[in-house]
Amino acid sequence: MPDSHYRPVVSQWIGFRTLLYKEILRFWKVALQTILAPVLNALLFLLIFSHVLDRHVTVYGDIGYTTFLVPGLVMMSLLQNAFANSSSSLIQSKITGNIIFMLLPPIAYHEFYGAYVLACILRGLFVGIGVLAVSLPFVDLAFAHPWWILCFAVLGGATLGTLGLIAGIWADKFDQLSAFQNFLIMPLTMLSGVFFSIHSLPKLWQDVSHANPFFFMIDGFRYGFFGQSDVSPWLSLVVVSVFFVVLAGLTLVMLARGYKLRA
Amino acid sequence: MSLPAIRIESVTKRYGALQALDGVSLEVAQGEFFGLLGPNGAGKTTLISALSGLVRPTSGTLEVMGHDVVTDYRCARLKLGVVPQELVFDPFFSVRELLRIQSGYFGIRSNDDWIDEILVSLDLRAKAEANMRTLSGGMKRRVLVAQALVHRPPVIVLDEPTAGVDVELRQGLWQFIRKLNRDGHTIVLTTHYLEEAEQLCGRIAMLKAGRIVALDRTDDLLRRFATHSLRVRLSNPDCVPGLGGSVEVGNWASFRFDTYADVEPLLARLRQSGAGVEEIELGEPDLERVFVEVMNRA
Ligand SMILES: Nc1ncnc2c1ncn2[C@@H]1O[C@H](COP(=O)(O)OP(=O)(O)OP(=O)(O)O)[C@@H](O)[C@H]1O
Ligand SMILES: [Mg+2]
Repeated sequence: MPDSHYRPVVSQWIGFRTLLYKEILRFWKVALQTILAPVLNALLFLLIFSHVLDRHVTVYGDIGYTTFLVPGLVMMSLLQNAFANSSSSLIQSKITGNIIFMLLPPIAYHEFYGAYVLACILRGLFVGIGVLAVSLPFVDLAFAHPWWILCFAVLGGATLGTLGLIAGIWADKFDQLSAFQNFLIMPLTMLSGVFFSIHSLPKLWQDVSHANPFFFMIDGFRYGFFGQSDVSPWLSLVVVSVFFVVLAGLTLVMLARGYKLRA
Repeated sequence: MSLPAIRIESVTKRYGALQALDGVSLEVAQGEFFGLLGPNGAGKTTLISALSGLVRPTSGTLEVMGHDVVTDYRCARLKLGVVPQELVFDPFFSVRELLRIQSGYFGIRSNDDWIDEILVSLDLRAKAEANMRTLSGGMKRRVLVAQALVHRPPVIVLDEPTAGVDVELRQGLWQFIRKLNRDGHTIVLTTHYLEEAEQLCGRIAMLKAGRIVALDRTDDLLRRFATHSLRVRLSNPDCVPGLGGSVEVGNWASFRFDTYADVEPLLARLRQSGAGVEEIELGEPDLERVFVEVMNRA
């Protein structure tokens, strides 16, 4: 069709929305692996750790260990799955080459970023809600400040989704991606106070934990349940927000320059 | 003078020490059927990728329908459909899902009528609901063509669309592309099947080591570079080297000449030498010979 005859009805939002839809469909179609498996995983953690520790440990005075553990497990699962979503989607597209179908259309880099990260947040929330749902029969959990819960869940999902994008853009092979996951994401989540309150740690490790942004994500999230936390939720909010903004900025620059995506 | 469909100006692309594109300038008018030929590694795909924004040129500018592919990329990409050389696909989706998603990427919400039309034209309707994984190689390639067309781009670039495609399908595909061309779409094609290019393309650029070494109407290229050939079977081919021909198996000999006017004197000399002409074949100039000639001279 010559240029003058045909003008498709084009809306910029539709490109973004379609990419978001595709990213959601991608994990939803394999929900068994992407949502149910991590929920089951977290449930196993819960059963084992609570069996071993519940009678021996209390936190924040009178909170039983299992009760204390649940929000941490929820957040850990949420964060890991947010990361897994964008990183695995992107590296698969890169390795199979079908990334070009997203690079040929008139999708702006910030739309690309937004769609991928939103899908990560959603998958994280699904997994988080799933873990919470299977945990509730075992514990008597309060929801002291639901808005703090939601706030940290979304912010944490966005941050890890962004980290996943960075990893997915940077990595050329699956083993580079798993190195990123095993040497950065896993240690940072495991040492963030999921399984313990950092006040139970020696001073040195407390200080080290304070350098870990994941600690603030989990601590702030936990505050939403118990109204108690190791540090003020406002401090956590500031730390996590700054961390997120820096990562988002970095990712946007990478995408705008076509780093590793456009030769 | 209407806007060119494609304008490429002094484009270079370096990969480290390798100069993949070395000052390519080219214009393709609207409605043309244009061929981009060249040996492996000549830079055809790199040039197409630069046009589609997959590759950032080291220097130079590229425009699609007057839109710069870097500064005005949204408009440029809306006007361009690219069929990639590599057989890539997303194993998560069915053919129809994929085409709907691709339409959405181009900002088009409901596109089912056009999608159905493409599926019929490419003989894919029976596979519309099949998962991409389950398609054969040739079918996957047809889906690639379909994906490039969802937004009805006025300019369509096909990077070796017939590699690995069976004869019937090749015919069907060319029929379809020809129809698109007749309807006003500009077509740019790369292929290693020179016969295809000769039949389809009105104009041809030949690329070698990142440079354009020939750029002309197909007819003119054939006229300018190619020589006619005369093959004869002789009872006694001894005189052939003396007359500037070359001997082949089975007493065949071949001679090259520029115009048909040279045929008669040649036959006369063969008669005089007592070569005894038993059979005659006249060869038309073909693109393959032009190609070889151009590549050798460049
Ligand atoms: N991403 C890349 N990194 C480094 N070199 C590259 C890259 N892409 C292409 N090249 C090199 O650039 C040159 C041109 O490659 P290109 O793919 O454009 O050739 P082509 O003309 O399409 O060849 P073919 O007919 O085999 O498809 C080749 O030498 C190739 O190795
Ligand atoms: Mg190529």
